[in-house]
Amino acid sequence: MKIQFQLNGKPVQAEIQPDTILLDLVRKMGCKSVKRGCETSNCGLCTVWMDEKPVLSCSVLAARAEGRRITTLEGLEKEAQEAGRYLAEEGGEQCGFCSPGFLMNVLAMERELDSPDEEEIKEYLAGNLCRCSGYMSQLRAVKRYLNRRKEG
Amino acid sequence: MGEKRYVGAPVVKKDAPSLVGGRPVYTEDLAPEGCLVVKVLRSPYAHALIQRIDCQEARKMPGIACILTWEDVPGKRFTMAGQTYPEPSPYDRLILDRRVRFVGDAVAIIAGESNQAVDKAMKRIKVTYQELDPVLDFRAAKDHAVLVHPEDNWKSLAPVGADNRRNLCASGIDEKGDVDSILASCAHKVEQTYHVKANQQAMMETFRAYSYLDTYGRLNMVASTQVPFHVRRILAHALDIPKSKIRVIKPRIGGGFGAKQTVVAEVYPAIVTWLTGKPAQIIYSRYESQIASSPRHEMEIRVRVGCDQEGILKAIDVYTLSNTGAYGEHGPTTVGLSGHKSIPLYRTEAFRFAYDVVYTNRMSSGAYRGYGATQGIFAVESAVNELADQIHMDPVAFREKNMVRQGDVMPAYYGEQAMSCTLNQCMSQAAEMIGWKEKFPCRDMGNGKVRGVGVAMAMQGSAISGVDVGSVAMKINDDGFYTLMVGCSDMGTGCDTILAQMAADCMDCDLEDIVVHGTDTDISPYDSGSYASSTTYLTGMAVMKACESLREKILKKAAQYLNCDEAELEFDGRKVRQVKGEKEISLKDIGNQIMCNNEEALAAWESHTSPISPPPFMVGMAEVEVDKETGEVELIDYVAVVDCGTVINPNLARVQTEGGIGQGIGMTLYEDVTYTEKGQMLENSFMQYKLPTRQDVGKVRVEFAPSYEPSGPFGAKSIGEIVINTPAPAIASAVCHATRVQVRELPITAEKLCRGMHPEWFGHGSPT
Repeated sequence: MKIQFQLNGKPVQAEIQPDTILLDLVRKMGCKSVKRGCETSNCGLCTVWMDEKPVLSCSVLAARAEGRRITTLEGLEKEAQEAGRYLAEEGGEQCGFCSPGFLMNVLAMERELDSPDEEEIKEYLAGNLCRCSGYMSQLRAVKRYLNRRKEG
Repeated sequence: MGEKRYVGAPVVKKDAPSLVGGRPVYTEDLAPEGCLVVKVLRSPYAHALIQRIDCQEARKMPGIACILTWEDVPGKRFTMAGQTYPEPSPYDRLILDRRVRFVGDAVAIIAGESNQAVDKAMKRIKVTYQELDPVLDFRAAKDHAVLVHPEDNWKSLAPVGADNRRNLCASGIDEKGDVDSILASCAHKVEQTYHVKANQQAMMETFRAYSYLDTYGRLNMVASTQVPFHVRRILAHALDIPKSKIRVIKPRIGGGFGAKQTVVAEVYPAIVTWLTGKPAQIIYSRYESQIASSPRHEMEIRVRVGCDQEGILKAIDVYTLSNTGAYGEHGPTTVGLSGHKSIPLYRTEAFRFAYDVVYTNRMSSGAYRGYGATQGIFAVESAVNELADQIHMDPVAFREKNMVRQGDVMPAYYGEQAMSCTLNQCMSQAAEMIGWKEKFPCRDMGNGKVRGVGVAMAMQGSAISGVDVGSVAMKINDDGFYTLMVGCSDMGTGCDTILAQMAADCMDCDLEDIVVHGTDTDISPYDSGSYASSTTYLTGMAVMKACESLREKILKKAAQYLNCDEAELEFDGRKVRQVKGEKEISLKDIGNQIMCNNEEALAAWESHTSPISPPPFMVGMAEVEVDKETGEVELIDYVAVVDCGTVINPNLARVQTEGGIGQGIGMTLYEDVTYTEKGQMLENSFMQYKLPTRQDVGKVRVEFAPSYEPSGPFGAKSIGEIVINTPAPAIASAVCHATRVQVRELPITAEKLCRGMHPEWFGHGSPT
């Protein structure tokens, strides 16, 4: 079957099977930032936005992208580099495999929550697993990123 | 060498923009279009013989390139353990074997054009198994009637006490003094048994590799591995082809933690490419990574400790029973650390450390951060905590009386001397950070909850003494920039950056002037690999050596160009100039001039090995809150102070520590491993295998108490592994102080605590 949708701001079409998973489709279309860490929607690595809302692309059928706006880290390059810089300045990116999915949710959180406190940040990002960092550096980075305008 | 600009600075990793930008730098991202999809059919039985395997129908399916069974692979046994040759791990593997030895063992390899084609074909393979009795209980495995490896061509290359006719992968004893009579004379004693399960490293990127034949018909393997040079050798053994036919390249790795120190997945695409000539790729599912990989060795450790009236520890006796599972990868070596890196934490008159490593019909074990030390330290530190509690002595004070100090010779650590050790400072600093005096042992919060604190110490090594090799090659290019070629494996830890920091300070140049080239076995100098906490310590020394010889060569070349004696010259990183004179030449000009009319390469190639393995030390302290009714544990605060010698990059060292503690918290509180009666592992996805989230780890705070290690680069020791070792014993003791229930089998669950606190609710049955 054929579907049409927006991928990172550009109209695209794709030939898919009924059981094609969105994660596999966007990777095939060149969005290699999207990673698979599990098959059970537990790890958050495959997070993309569907109409600006984070979804786990491992658990979304590609057919559901029809007519929607799909955004991956490739479509948010400037923002990703800026938020990512805060992460790297803490040494928190480590192996980097979970970074894209993590940053997709950080950027979504920034749009959705107004000045979240520590507990709210942890809750919003609870679905993003990281095995390297132990999370402390990520929290430091997110707090600094969200406060960056105050930092100057 | 001038002033240090980079060593000790929180330098951002060189690959950071790529990693946070989601660039395609990992194995799967780099694989060429059209790679064959390789999958493995796995055994449903813990122990069986394949009587018949019929692939006729499956081979005819559309899109199938090849299907391989035990009849199609070489018959020479090898080990998948990424260790220096001759490996201590026994040669007990075939790529595919007629005998399958655990639920998940490989039965057939299927390669095809798509996932769907391979999945369909896999279902059409008809296997007739002869089910055999499995050995599932590791306590009964030694001298069991059923042998896991009865085959005649099983082979052990090293004297580790292995005997396949007894299900023994290794066995041994190390002792000093008369432990039994000293313990008999002790005023106070503890004898207990502790159990650590086969935890999964659970790195976010599962096992994966792809292979292709290059222009010269050689097998090229791009693998997510910590040990590229060992992969080359192991593939040569597995495929029975010359090593010269193989090249291994390591891209960015999505985490390793020891898992990728075993060649778990590489053999499958390798044999497909070798036999078909086509590029082939395998990507392990998380399910496969959970059930058929290289987790921590399950160990049950019996500890006897005794002290006198004053709380002076007299002797430690450790017996470790380690379960290597179906194959012996890292079996003979991990067990050693359970005693050699726990007992030397204390000054005692005598010690004994004995061990057996047994084969069972469970998933094979491997290397996981801590490598046996984690298990041993949980046991010994828990026993010491129990002894301190028994004599009503503060466990911090007890340790201050007994801990190893700088200058001590450590008989249980191969007689090495602790040349750098600030363990005592780690202890006082950690106690200060957590407020130990105010909080010990526990505080009732008045709301049905009670808070307790606990402490543990840890040590590890820095590389394997007299075995591991770290090497770098460094060359000067035109305009005077350097290429640093390394054979170690950055797996996110940042060693590419750390080594560049050292090189930049040694050459007095900017960090940007050092280009780091990661591992390609055709190009990189031989390095045994990134494991055993070796890279900063060992490869760092190779960097220092290479820089020293490169500086000499620069002076020599400058003397030639300036037509003077090199003794008159000095090099400041930018220019070579006469100390007392006018002549000078820039490094840029030297770099450009050597590109023409030159007979000597401006390059250096250095290796380093170490006769000693200086231990880093640390102290961890936990504060937990336990619900007195349900037994639910919340980790409130975790503090750690680490002596890793000189801290080369404080950010990366801090994140190593926080990350290791996070994994330690996981194995202590959340990550369980259970099997069905038939030997099937139940926690086979992230639904059941509960990795801690950011809401589960409380607050982790880290400080450093640097010593100076004379044998390390800039005084550095290791940090990568030690950091996982303190959470289990510290949290277990904190929980015990809160509840009076000492849990001796990880993980510490609400159920175990509830049973321990309220035995009357459950009738009979021991809590732990």
